[in-house]
Amino acid sequence: MHANNLLLLLLAFVAAAFYVGRGRANHIAKLAGGSRQLHSLPDYHGHYTALCCGLPAVLLLILWIIFSGHVISAMVLDSLPAGQFLGDPGGRELLANKIANIAQGVLPKANQPAILVAAAEELNRLTQISRWSVTALASCVSLVGLIWARSRITPELRSRPRVEASIRYALFFCACVAVFTTFGIIFSVLFESLQFFQSVPVVDFIFGLEWSPQTAIRDDQVGSSGSFGAVPLFVGTLLVSAVAMVVAVPIGLMSAIFLAEYAHKSVRAYAKPALEVLAGIPTVVYGFFAALTVAPFLRDLGQGYGFSVSSESALAAGLVMGVMIIPFISSLSDDVITAVPQSLRDGSLAMGATHSETVIRVVIPAALPGIVAGIMLAISRAIGETMIVVMASGLAANMTFNPLDSVTTVTVQIVTLLTGDQEFDSPKTLAAFALGLVLFLITLILNIIALKVVKRFREQYE
Amino acid sequence: MNTSATFGVGTPSESDFRDTRGGDMSEIGLTKGHVTVGSVEIQAAKMTARGVNIFYGDKQAIHDVTVDIGKNQVIAMIGPSGCGKSTFLRSLNRMNDTIDGCKIEGDIRIDGEDLYSPKLDVVELRARVGMVFQKPNPFPKSIYDNVAYGPKIHGLAETRVDLDEMVEKSLRRAGLWDEVKDRLFQAGTGLSGGQQQRLCIARAIAVSPEVILMDEPCSALDPIATARIEELIEELSHNFTIAIVTHNMQQAARVSQRTAYFHLGRLIEVNPTEQVFTNPEHSLTESYITGRFG
Ligand SMILES: Nc1ncnc2c1ncn2[C@@H]1O[C@H](COP(=O)(O)OP(=O)(O)O)[C@@H](O)[C@H]1O
Ligand SMILES: [Mg+2]
Repeated sequence: MHANNLLLLLLAFVAAAFYVGRGRANHIAKLAGGSRQLHSLPDYHGHYTALCCGLPAVLLLILWIIFSGHVISAMVLDSLPAGQFLGDPGGRELLANKIANIAQGVLPKANQPAILVAAAEELNRLTQISRWSVTALASCVSLVGLIWARSRITPELRSRPRVEASIRYALFFCACVAVFTTFGIIFSVLFESLQFFQSVPVVDFIFGLEWSPQTAIRDDQVGSSGSFGAVPLFVGTLLVSAVAMVVAVPIGLMSAIFLAEYAHKSVRAYAKPALEVLAGIPTVVYGFFAALTVAPFLRDLGQGYGFSVSSESALAAGLVMGVMIIPFISSLSDDVITAVPQSLRDGSLAMGATHSETVIRVVIPAALPGIVAGIMLAISRAIGETMIVVMASGLAANMTFNPLDSVTTVTVQIVTLLTGDQEFDSPKTLAAFALGLVLFLITLILNIIALKVVKRFREQYE
Repeated sequence: MNTSATFGVGTPSESDFRDTRGGDMSEIGLTKGHVTVGSVEIQAAKMTARGVNIFYGDKQAIHDVTVDIGKNQVIAMIGPSGCGKSTFLRSLNRMNDTIDGCKIEGDIRIDGEDLYSPKLDVVELRARVGMVFQKPNPFPKSIYDNVAYGPKIHGLAETRVDLDEMVEKSLRRAGLWDEVKDRLFQAGTGLSGGQQQRLCIARAIAVSPEVILMDEPCSALDPIATARIEELIEELSHNFTIAIVTHNMQQAARVSQRTAYFHLGRLIEVNPTEQVFTNPEHSLTESYITGRFG
């Protein structure tokens, strides 16, 4: 039986176990004179029975999923005459893959050596056996668990703390999955970056002023040495983000203040969601808006005034990115502004301050940490944004602070480094990981600062 | 401004000011055309209220209140919760303006000037009639900036030295100077509850108001801090006109010269404090101060 079906079967057992356990507990309670006589409520006994029924079987299933493939293919390979291995260390693995492919019918059986075909059939047979045996075993384990747990149900059985503990473990397990995934990603990026730094010195990467990651595929090709100075990319990122923030911070903040302080309730009820819709627009839509509408418009406008504006400019990308970020800032700021206690406003108004004086001198300062945190989050969002810049700001790694020029950003370069056919271990590919690492560190630091600031804000009104 | 959601009183309970209570109102001695007993008017009145009705939407919270507030005197307003003390107090510096749907009828004057006339500048009025709230609400700024807030927005100080002086004087009058003079530039929110409330009083008197309204200023404080504030009120009453709402009858007896008893949105009785607590004129007042309800 396939693992998925087996899982469904186990689920059915578990559900049954719950009812059996609860029924048993109810029965015992009736004999003992009502469910007050039980240490734990019948439901807890049901959950306990279900746990005893399901948990060992699921563990068994997991172990089987992890190990059965390896064990079976090792058995099949061992049954082959030794001469079949191609000599090099990877040979065994290659052969195992080949056999597996034949077994699954990916490779046609017709023109394969008979011995491999036989091995493939052996593989299929063993797999079948192993599936059925794990089905039988898991069913047995869960039934035994069910019966054992049912037999243990007495008025004294302390099911409640056990179920409670199991909930804790389950939650802990989920939290671990999330944390380990994050660490897994970090470590893989870190590892690949270290590999990159073996061929390109860290200092060259961080302080180098020239970025042209073209490496030769063959040794005798011209222009074979790429240069991996990331400064132009970071300057480009900074430039685009700065333009974006110049747009987003004032507009976002002002609209937040308007919504939180001045807008009538009915206006707010519509305007706030409308603004948040901006955050829901896919970035690719913003991207082509930037590339096809804003950039040409800026170029034409520039021409009219005698500026030379590149048709892919940091300005175009930054402007559109700024619009995209407005809801982040306005929504977060709106929340912190409305969280400022009314008593502070009353206090200020009662001093004879006007509404705007109150907003400027009391409400905004009180909300400032939260607003700053919102801006920080928006900045890290801007730095990590890819689609808009890919489409609208260009690929040329110009070292410039002129927003009318075309620039490229870290994220754009990561995209271009990794799209298309690439060697996995060339510095060109690995450079993407190094860029990713630096980007990650920057946004991490920004987010940590933002969270710290938000925390301080919270404490202020404890 | 969106105040209704955040204003202290959430959804008022229906029965609080329903006139259908007429039945039991007459039972406890309150008739529809009730006239306040006692000495409503006094000689040296700083503020006067005549026939004031206040509504939240359709619900009437204050019915036909007429009372004088004596110059450089303390008037205490007492009564069961929800009887409209805060509502009436807030109408004296037009803080009710900030509440959506709050409507006021009648005539309130300060030194003969109509508070609700279109010519009156609310900003100026509130500089003349300051307010201290139930929960201490210092701004999240330094102690200095808290006190300097009023003088700054009203442009009362020409120079920094002036401002320093004003801050010191207000803090001294609020009896807080000695405790905070070494940490003027630390956050006002870091003070203890009682100190925060005195800071709020200092903040209110920094603009030299003529009247100070206090809405249960001690209800969030411990007895020692309360005693400090009561002393302070006594001192301030030599120079300021004070109207204080309180739940605590001993407090009313200690700090005030006159006491006004509110019940279900009506002003039942106004008399010299001593008389109210020893020999109340109205049976409802008597029931309240002897603890029959409240
Ligand atoms: N913002 C408001 N909106 C609607 N009703 C209110 C509001 N504030 C107070 N009320 C109602 O007005 C009545 C008087 O309230 P309040 O003046 O706060 O009483 P007190 O201060 O005497 O306890 C109460 O019934 C209360 O529910
Ligand atoms: Mg009140």
